[in-house]
Amino acid sequence: MTPFPENIESGALGYGAATRGLPEAESTFHFYMGKILSLRWALLALIVVGWFVYFPIIDNFRVSTTNQDIFTGELTNVGFANYTRLFHDPVVWQALWNNCLYAILSIVFQVFGAFMVAALIEGLGSVRWRNFWRAIYFVPSAISTTVTGLLFYFIYQPDLGLLDGALKFLGLEQLSIPWLGNEHTAIYAIIAMSQWQGFGYSTLLFTIAIQKIPKELYDAAIMDGAGPLRRLFKITLPMTREMTGLMTIVTITGAFQVFNEVMVMTAGGPNNSSQVLGTWLYQQGFIQNDFGYGAAIAVVIFVVTMICGAAQLWYTKSRRVQS
Amino acid sequence: MSSTTFSPPQTEHANAWAVIAKTFLLAFLVCLGIIVLYPLFWMALSGFKSNSQIFNQPFSFPDNWSLDNYVAAWNQGVSTFLTSSLLVTIASTICTIFISAWTAFGLTRTKMPGKPLVIMFVLGGMMLSPTVAVIPLVRMLQSLGLYNTHWALIILYTAFRVPFTTFLIRAYMLELPRDLDEAAMMDGATEGQIFRKIMLPLCQPIIVSCVILHILFSWNEYLFAMIFTSDVSVQTLPVGLTSLMAKHGTNYAQVFAAMTISALPIVIIFFVMQRYFIRGLTEGIGK
Repeated sequence: MTPFPENIESGALGYGAATRGLPEAESTFHFYMGKILSLRWALLALIVVGWFVYFPIIDNFRVSTTNQDIFTGELTNVGFANYTRLFHDPVVWQALWNNCLYAILSIVFQVFGAFMVAALIEGLGSVRWRNFWRAIYFVPSAISTTVTGLLFYFIYQPDLGLLDGALKFLGLEQLSIPWLGNEHTAIYAIIAMSQWQGFGYSTLLFTIAIQKIPKELYDAAIMDGAGPLRRLFKITLPMTREMTGLMTIVTITGAFQVFNEVMVMTAGGPNNSSQVLGTWLYQQGFIQNDFGYGAAIAVVIFVVTMICGAAQLWYTKSRRVQS
Repeated sequence: MSSTTFSPPQTEHANAWAVIAKTFLLAFLVCLGIIVLYPLFWMALSGFKSNSQIFNQPFSFPDNWSLDNYVAAWNQGVSTFLTSSLLVTIASTICTIFISAWTAFGLTRTKMPGKPLVIMFVLGGMMLSPTVAVIPLVRMLQSLGLYNTHWALIILYTAFRVPFTTFLIRAYMLELPRDLDEAAMMDGATEGQIFRKIMLPLCQPIIVSCVILHILFSWNEYLFAMIFTSDVSVQTLPVGLTSLMAKHGTNYAQVFAAMTISALPIVIIFFVMQRYFIRGLTEGIGK
């Protein structure tokens, strides 16, 4: 689709050069050379991105239809066998469910929770205070998930952890359980850490979206006698809807790429209960050395993230058309 | 500058309620702040404690503020991990910024053919997730002889961040007025000169933002670093921490110290460069 406008342009120019004689033709040559030479600006990006981003991802589809013998290294084409296996693998469904859980809880806390906190910060303090709050809340987002994951691994430890200490202090000793060692709580404990780490990031983005709302809207609403809650739901929420939509999509994409915190805190255990697609891919591909099956799991992640990416593209496009 | 969402109501009665509500909400923000910051302080403080004190008095301040654990952690390998992290971060930042700035310049200021295709190809890379590429990359890097080297991480961090960084710089360049570079073109400046003398200086704010975002990414990246490095000598901090944990996992105090050392640089950068940080983040999602 793209080359056509260029072709039309160049065709017209070529015609002009031909009718006007040789010197012009030479400058046309220069013109083309200049055009082609200016591709050099993008050359490195095209090579690096094509070679190390696009090629492996396309190659992944091929790998997913093969099985490799660990001992001989021999590749055999197995067609869709890996996908059939995927479909019948209970851990894949568990992992998919955990990713969904991750997405749902992250939307609750990192989109709606963060929105509320941002509205609070913007409503309460002076400029200095709101900068202070959003900076404080953001700090964990700047730190590596390995560090925060390990930190919460310690916090959840039954004998030395902060959490049990705090529960004891509150007189809730019956609640003190090995959070990461229990099949029913492990994934929730990990997700909780992730909310702790990530909500400040979305809060920061929401505060900026809220700051862009014209103040006159609030003044008019106050004149009409609208209370704070009414203003929150009638002005702040609708006016930041774009950011909310975008954050939702970004959050879902992120939830299906989760790897680091699960790897560090439980590595998918106990008994695969906290496995997510990323860690199951790692487990199958790199621990069991089953590259073909790992690649098939990667395709699932690819499909979900592509859908989210398309949604995001469509969302920003339609938004731009409206405005 | 008072409030927007919670501005003072008119009547006396409502005033009292507003004060109560405000106090309550402020208390909520303070509690949230404590929940966010306390674990981090606990981490840094535990780095000063002895192992037995971590177990017996998890909430107390350290008995004596000795840096022994920090020094021990540093000598146990944190210094090597830190060097690797620094090397990979600096090299990949430079590569990413230059490649992205060139591409953005080519896309906005030259007569490059097939611009929409180039845009689609390069920016489309933003949608592709690293997890999906990991398995084919293993064999590819092995055959290139890059497996278990710093180069593997430098190249991959560059390749996977060029799309996003190009997106940010291109958006910024599109908004810049064209008078200056058109004037320079009239005076016979080459594309290279326009890029170096005019566009780069003009783009300095967004470039600083991109640098910071890239540092944040490469300093903290774990998946690639874990899969493509296996020797302690090439491991970056996030992976190094987990291997330290596996080796000295029972020496909690040292692990806490190592965690604090690896978190500190990025937290400092965040507080010092907050303005650029925030610009980068908002440009990234809002456009």
